[in-house]
Amino acid sequence: MTDSLLEISGLKVAYGGIHAIKGIDLHVASGELVALIGSNGAGKTTTLKTLAGLLHPAGGQIRYDGKSLDSVAAHRRAAMGIALVPEGRGVFARMTIEENLLMGAYSRSNNSEIATDLERMYGLFPRLGERKDQLAGTLSGGEQQMVAMARALMSRPRLLMLDEPSMGLAPLMVQKIFDTIRDIAALGMSILLVEQNARLALEVAQRGYVMESGAIMLSGAAGELLGSDAVQRAYLGG
Amino acid sequence: MEIFLQQIINGLVQGSVYALVALGYTMVYGILGLINFAHGEVVMIGAMLALSSLTALLGWGVTPLLALPLSISLAMLGCMVLGYSIERIAYRPLRHAPRLAPLITAIGVSIVLQNLAMMIWGRSYHSFPQLIANNPHNIGGAIINNIQIIIFVLALAFMAGLMVVVNRTRLGRAMRAVAENQHAAQLMGVDINRVISITFMIGSALAAIAGVMVSANYGLAHYYMGFILGLKAFTAAVLGGIGNLRGAMLGGLLLGLIESLGAGYIGDLTGGFFGSNYQDVFAFFVLIAVLVLRPSGLLGERLAERA
Repeated sequence: MTDSLLEISGLKVAYGGIHAIKGIDLHVASGELVALIGSNGAGKTTTLKTLAGLLHPAGGQIRYDGKSLDSVAAHRRAAMGIALVPEGRGVFARMTIEENLLMGAYSRSNNSEIATDLERMYGLFPRLGERKDQLAGTLSGGEQQMVAMARALMSRPRLLMLDEPSMGLAPLMVQKIFDTIRDIAALGMSILLVEQNARLALEVAQRGYVMESGAIMLSGAAGELLGSDAVQRAYLGG
Repeated sequence: MEIFLQQIINGLVQGSVYALVALGYTMVYGILGLINFAHGEVVMIGAMLALSSLTALLGWGVTPLLALPLSISLAMLGCMVLGYSIERIAYRPLRHAPRLAPLITAIGVSIVLQNLAMMIWGRSYHSFPQLIANNPHNIGGAIINNIQIIIFVLALAFMAGLMVVVNRTRLGRAMRAVAENQHAAQLMGVDINRVISITFMIGSALAAIAGVMVSANYGLAHYYMGFILGLKAFTAAVLGGIGNLRGAMLGGLLLGLIESLGAGYIGDLTGGFFGSNYQDVFAFFVLIAVLVLRPSGLLGERLAERA
């Protein structure tokens, strides 16, 4: 467990008087792709927002790279290598694709490295390169998801968190986004993936957690979870 | 024809001052959704600070050519500190309060600043020393003097500079990102409190310049001068589409022209019943007309759902 990049223990989050997260334990090792699945309202998004610093825990511990994140403000976590692709993508609609990507590199200062990474993103998502001067708000949902992912990668994160990347996308686009997630994971980045589409998530992940009503109900290797009766019944419609 | 040309010149000069002040309203609105009704008082404090420092510098024997830019810089600096403090003390604690609370606070800040200025500088009109020779130039029968030329050119330069900062720099991108989505901006590593502070400081520096321009143009400064000026600049921002920088500049220039042409012709049009002393009425007619006919302003976007 010493090589865990992210280590959460007993995390509690209260949200407008409701205990949305009731003490969860979770860890992500370096280079690991971990899926967090569960139904609507289980607390998955709340977990990610808390890790990104947008929400404050009511109890428990978050350790990242061996350090406590308790007193680290959201904007400092980006510089530490924590990136969140938020639910609904959160692209800057009135800014161009390129400006969106440059915002992703906001915490970095080496301009020539940033320029190199921009080209890498356009290589990874050619469609974004063709339209780099177009306003992000004019793109399709799938293209906006690409912008959000490329923008997060521009910070050169060590921990990439994705919140429902497949939401609202056409099947072909979902396939494309998940291929990209697989490619990024192959580069050795640690990924925490939140998905309602449990099958898709468990197929790309190494390990998974199943969340229900603010608590972790099950956890284990992704293959085992895919085969487990409980998961089959509840999330895979089997 | 001479009257027409003269009123166009006067309108553009006055309008460029409105535009500078309107930018302050619109930048803060764009980022916080707050109408900073104390902004007009920042203009007044800018004028007063410039006047006081100018008087002191001239008293110490500093040459006018050095004293003027020095006092303008001091006024800008002072107003930046003031703008920062207003946000820090009055608005930040109410960031998550219902919208009415910061609005009423803004009016409160405005009253506090007016009374503070009255205590420091008194109730009387102060004359602004005339340091630049007037040298009226004749353009097709209309007159434009040196101060007016300087005001117009300087205002355009500051507006162009602001556009470069907002559209072409890292800080500008961060400002636009915070205006659009504060959570996403934070995820990018933007310290939103810092960006909001800087926005207030930039707006206040522009307000200080505008204050100096107005008092230099009319040769007068007064603790109450910010009130009407602020309301008119707010009108200009609404006319252009509040939250939109280009709109604020366009609205400022247009409002200056409307006011000046209106004042120039109202006497003829009403057979002398209304005189040019009704000038102030035009701005508020414009405000009402925009709010009724096109609340989003000339360049404002309709408040559509996000894609």
